[in-house]
Amino acid sequence: MPMKVESPGPRCPLPAGWTPFADTLRRLREAFGSGRTRPAEFRAEQLKGLGRFLRDNKQLLQEALWQDLHKSVFEAELSELIICQNEVDLALKNLHTWMKDEPVAKSLLVKLDSIFVRKEPLGLVLIIAPWNYPVYLTLVPLVGALAAGNCVVLKPSELSKGTEKVLAEVLPQYLDQSCFAVVLGGPQETQQLLEHKFDYVFFTGNPRVGRIVMAAAAKHLTPVTLELGGKNPCYVDDDCDPQTVANRVAWFRYFNSGQTCVAPDYVLCSPDTQERLLPALQRAITRFYGEDPRSSPSLGRIISEKHFRRLRGLLGCGRVVIGGQSDESDRYIAPTVLVDVQETEPVMQEEIFGPILPIVNVRSLDEAIDFINRREKPLALYAFSNSNQVVTQMLDRTSSGIFGGNQGFIHLILPSLPLGGVGNSGMGRYRGKFSFDTFSHHRASLLSPSGLEKLSEFYYPPYTDSRQQLIGWALGSHSCTLL
Amino acid sequence: MKDEPVAKSLLVKLDSIFVRKEPLGLVLIIAPWNYPVYLTLVPLVGALAAGNCVVLKPSELSKGTEKVLAEVLPQYLDQSCFAVVLGGPQETQQLLEHKFDYVFFTGNPRVGRIVMAAAAKHLTPVTLELGGKNPCYVDDDCDPQTVANRVAWFRYFNSGQTCVAPDYVLCSPDTQERLLPALQRAITRFYGEDPRSSPSLGRIISEKHFRRLRGLLGCGRVVIGGQSDESDRYIAPTVLVDVQETEPVMQEEIFGPILPIVNVRSLDEAIDFINRREKPLALYAFSNSNQVVTQMLDRTSSGIFGGNQGFIHLILPSLPLGGVGNSGMGRYRGKFSFDTFSHHRASLLSPSGLEKLSEFYYPPYTDSRQQLIGWALGSHSCTLL
Repeated sequence: MPMKVESPGPRCPLPAGWTPFADTLRRLREAFGSGRTRPAEFRAEQLKGLGRFLRDNKQLLQEALWQDLHKSVFEAELSELIICQNEVDLALKNLHTWMKDEPVAKSLLVKLDSIFVRKEPLGLVLIIAPWNYPVYLTLVPLVGALAAGNCVVLKPSELSKGTEKVLAEVLPQYLDQSCFAVVLGGPQETQQLLEHKFDYVFFTGNPRVGRIVMAAAAKHLTPVTLELGGKNPCYVDDDCDPQTVANRVAWFRYFNSGQTCVAPDYVLCSPDTQERLLPALQRAITRFYGEDPRSSPSLGRIISEKHFRRLRGLLGCGRVVIGGQSDESDRYIAPTVLVDVQETEPVMQEEIFGPILPIVNVRSLDEAIDFINRREKPLALYAFSNSNQVVTQMLDRTSSGIFGGNQGFIHLILPSLPLGGVGNSGMGRYRGKFSFDTFSHHRASLLSPSGLEKLSEFYYPPYTDSRQQLIGWALGSHSCTLL
Repeated sequence: MKDEPVAKSLLVKLDSIFVRKEPLGLVLIIAPWNYPVYLTLVPLVGALAAGNCVVLKPSELSKGTEKVLAEVLPQYLDQSCFAVVLGGPQETQQLLEHKFDYVFFTGNPRVGRIVMAAAAKHLTPVTLELGGKNPCYVDDDCDPQTVANRVAWFRYFNSGQTCVAPDYVLCSPDTQERLLPALQRAITRFYGEDPRSSPSLGRIISEKHFRRLRGLLGCGRVVIGGQSDESDRYIAPTVLVDVQETEPVMQEEIFGPILPIVNVRSLDEAIDFINRREKPLALYAFSNSNQVVTQMLDRTSSGIFGGNQGFIHLILPSLPLGGVGNSGMGRYRGKFSFDTFSHHRASLLSPSGLEKLSEFYYPPYTDSRQQLIGWALGSHSCTLL
């Protein structure tokens, strides 16, 4: 059963250093120490279990996602369930290849040695997941952690309660519970959890909490991957087809009601292009969500009242030209476009994470690039232009986690692309083999035959001048046959 | 530097998909004193190759090298993109208050924590090349002289001030009896009857470290060496026996020419001993039996591993060097350095037209289109994804 955290009563004396999780973590560590998670067969069983969980509970998960975020069946399939299933399948297919010792180029000096990189599990890893893609962002990292042979503690988000329940109550039944646990709670419980030592912490969330996680990890010298966020710029060039661009920008912005870490956060374009873009955006929104987006089955809802109120506040920035309606009872915010926004307004100061798209005017590509580079490195950056040169310049002269030219974040469906941030948008990366590598230690290993001492004698002291010269020559990189 | 193309599915065949390597910006390299040239310049190569601007903070303990790095090296580089900063712990702490785009630190775990905590404030990624007590298991089934030669050479190299040197030996009492005279023979062969006059033996970096090491000579029982001379910061190649786990020599990384031998009765006991402790930077196992070496490799973890060999990994540019757990995070050398100091940016360029293809996944969704999309994206349709 998952660990539900409740405060101990006042008469309960607690041993020093005890937290509610100490027993669970100790149990998992012992299991790791026993070597249970190391054989490929065990890992494959866990992955297959995860696959069965997804298949058996498809409807349950769809209902949970609808409950949490008003996610349509289509969105749930596309951006959560299918991706997770594909990730499981990919890991199963490649497990043996990923686990294999990787041989390494050898020089003549070490030709008789066996030299390779051994992939090892790290031990006990913690995955802290967010609420916006509560299945994907919990299970895709989990695939990597399990494939790499670790014991795992999962901390799903308490905001996406429907999904949290399924992950806490149903998922463990499909996995070996001596090596896997779900821990529940809010920020305080998470902080307590982080006081313990883990061998890796994988965190998806905002930069503010990312700092806290990394600082806690530093106490134990625990490596981390932080998948954070940022304000993802979307540059729209004068040379473009407004309707094509509007379709793509709108779809990627309003998907999951804007609650996507890689969604375009704001548009940068000239006033002329803005004029052509606005009616095109309206047409796209109407086409996707109908005349009354509120009744569309394809539009999500805001996760919580707190976030709803935050977003409703942003509707007061600049000037609403499309949408702007909201309804607290439903946590509904209409697909909205704002213009005349100032850089100092809240909508341009924080990651929006909602169905609101501000347009900021720039007069040239250079001005757009300067605007972008003055700010923190975002998780994603988009450029739309008919001109390859414009797209290439944007790519060459900026930095971001990922980049899309004339396209949104379809990277998420491609398992061969590493996903990760840079600077304020995060560190580390995952998906497919990158996940496996994230949760592994790559141990440089060298096995010499036990005899053959004569060869070693080559470099023992004392050194004559001639032998020193010989060693110098042998090791130098010009002697390419030797090194 | 080249963009790395990536496997494409049919759905995205018309797109250009690749990983772009980008410099991170301003990187800080904090180097230690034991291999002050290597541990400063090898990371520097990676940082420069990756296109970053670099701040170098060499160790203030290795004053001779620090001087050359501070005064001569900048003349060979573009000084608008490179700087050497000098100082001790206090200056380093001040430096770390600033935001860097990467921090590469080589040193001990205690300072490693401080560096990572400082980096956390700025969400700066780090590589920490730390240390540990590197176990050296010597099996009963071995040739004592061969093993003694290798262990001695790798232990006393640089007077033991090597983060990947064997720190202590684990063996049975029987093997210890065979190993001791062999170690003496090796030491005499390498450094002569009077090691102090050997041109091949180093000295301790500072008086503080010398005194620390001299203190360790009081642990267990000296069977080889044990001499020291403060005026020269000289410590003889030393072997200690009868050491207890609780003694200082088994509690801290030795980082000097002192080799304690700890007795175990079996391979299992050695493995348990090792696994009870922090993961070390290096782990060595000497045995004629492949099975023994393999068991040690399979049942422990460490930054690097050597079977019947010491740390010659350091001369092989194709091997990643890095710690795990308390011995560090991240890795470098060769391409691994370049990758450490780069951001791998997943990039996807679509042609600007071809809207008809995108329309495939726009709402509103009919049931049949949903099914089609589901089929197209599922991994069974391996031609598409």
